[in-house]
Amino acid sequence: MTAPILALRGINKSFGPIDVLHDINLEVRAGEVLCLLGDNGAGKSTLIKLMSGVFQPSSGVIEMDGVPASLPTPRAASDQGIATVHQFGGTFPLMSIGRSFFIGVEPTKGWGPFKIYDRKRANAIAVKAVQDFGITRIEDGDRLVGGLSGGERQSLAIARAVHFGARVLILDEPTAALGVKQATHVLRIVNEAKKRGLAVVFITHQVMHAMAVGDHFAVLIRGAVAADFKKGERSREEITDLMAGGASMSALEAEIDGMAPHATTE
Amino acid sequence: MRVSTLVAGLLRRPEAGAALGLIAVLIFFGIFGGLTFLRPAGMASWLNVAANLGVIAIPLGLLMIAGELDISVGAMVPFGAMTVAIISGHYGFSIWLGMGAALGFGVIVGLINGILVVRTAVPSLIVTLGSLFAVQGIVLGLTVLITKSTSVALATDGIAKAMFGDFVLGGQLQVMVLWWLGLTALYVFYVHLSPFGNWIFAMGGDKVSARNAGIPTDRLTILLFVLSATSAAFVGMCQAMLYNSAQVAGGQSFIFNAIISVVVGGVLLTGGFGSVVGIFFGTITFAIVTQGIYYTDFDRNWSSLIIGVLLLAAVLMNNTFRKMALSYAPKKGAK
Repeated sequence: MTAPILALRGINKSFGPIDVLHDINLEVRAGEVLCLLGDNGAGKSTLIKLMSGVFQPSSGVIEMDGVPASLPTPRAASDQGIATVHQFGGTFPLMSIGRSFFIGVEPTKGWGPFKIYDRKRANAIAVKAVQDFGITRIEDGDRLVGGLSGGERQSLAIARAVHFGARVLILDEPTAALGVKQATHVLRIVNEAKKRGLAVVFITHQVMHAMAVGDHFAVLIRGAVAADFKKGERSREEITDLMAGGASMSALEAEIDGMAPHATTE
Repeated sequence: MRVSTLVAGLLRRPEAGAALGLIAVLIFFGIFGGLTFLRPAGMASWLNVAANLGVIAIPLGLLMIAGELDISVGAMVPFGAMTVAIISGHYGFSIWLGMGAALGFGVIVGLINGILVVRTAVPSLIVTLGSLFAVQGIVLGLTVLITKSTSVALATDGIAKAMFGDFVLGGQLQVMVLWWLGLTALYVFYVHLSPFGNWIFAMGGDKVSARNAGIPTDRLTILLFVLSATSAAFVGMCQAMLYNSAQVAGGQSFIFNAIISVVVGGVLLTGGFGSVVGIFFGTITFAIVTQGIYYTDFDRNWSSLIIGVLLLAAVLMNNTFRKMALSYAPKKGAK
């Protein structure tokens, strides 16, 4: 079995006296969707920031392809193929699709000091990249990003990450602000990214969405992995119960170990 | 392409409001002032105003597109003028030395502004408000200390005068007009055609995302502040060379006039949207309103009213056009 693309080994993170993450062990492989579930405040955002180079772990190792990786900055993370897409897509509302797609790596034509931005090529590549993900309604690369629906923006951001060689896609609550139909679009795109062999970390608190695309699930409660299981090992009700997390840590651990048939909530 | 789609396409551009505003102003003064202000003498009067303003308004507009503001330009104009006048007029050094110093001080103040904004994250309005007053103090203090006067004479001749401080084309048009047109062309190229401009828009749209995409946002911010301060010093320097003297006062009007030109030109105050051509139109519109009033029977005192109304109308119009641009989607199948 090959080494997972991204693995967290014994990660702890504290801000001063406050422990936010405690002994996190997770891994995600190529062509696999890891769903990180957890209620607000469970430490999901901190975990994302550790994986995308915004924060550094207090202790523990982040491995890529089995080798310890250093992610001192978001740039370093994206250079190593870790792309993070935030809830609102992280794109620029008043820029055209083509321009925002190629931000920082604009295609040019011409020579020397007269190099000019190649609008046609940028638009064509951007539109094709998005359409390959099944968003066929985007046809004109001159449209402004702000005029797209939330789902289309997410799709654009994901298509962009994939186009620029992302191997690990971290999606931070991509469906949280979307309606049912839009969310379905995004889930379809997550599936498409998975089919292309990307490792996807899908952060959500909507169990339905997670169950639709996830291969592997981890439930985060108060900064610790309270449950880690594969597709089909838990029912939706069980996961929701876990996330709601009324039960104490020990009761949960007991449940996971199968020592207690069912944890009672207080 | 059908005419209607062409028109709709033009209306979605950031400069649409500015272009319509310019046409409206031309018609207004055409009716009330006759066409005198479109004859060479009349044109020179507003072109001169537009040129001096425009050289400052474009870099200021770029800063605003990038989400920043620089009001210290109001002090940089007399600073540039006084520097060249004191060094080359009062002390009698070479005019080139005086010019180099004027522009050099522009670069230094711009660097200070830029570095302070980047490092401290204090809003640029406050930072440049500070440098506006600081530089005003330096100009007044040093000038009186050195020359015992608030006005310094400067005599320039030869190629320096011809290039920076003279009249061209029949003696009414300032050479600044040519600088303005040339610089505008340069800005259009760098902002709208080269990839560099894309970064400015991205910075104004979402600075964190822009930085994560690998854009050197800090360096670009500092560069834009250097550009605006130096441009203002350049205008002051040229004015001193043109009028053969420099005053410590004056220049503050450039702050609001440039901001009005930029906003009328369709730049979004919160950044991320605008165009050089729009600012260019906005500047001309502003200049025509301030100068065109002389060609009408109206009292000159009313021009501020017109500018105020124009500004509000322009902002509302630009908002509408921006919404159109945002909601635009090609109809299915219509190609």
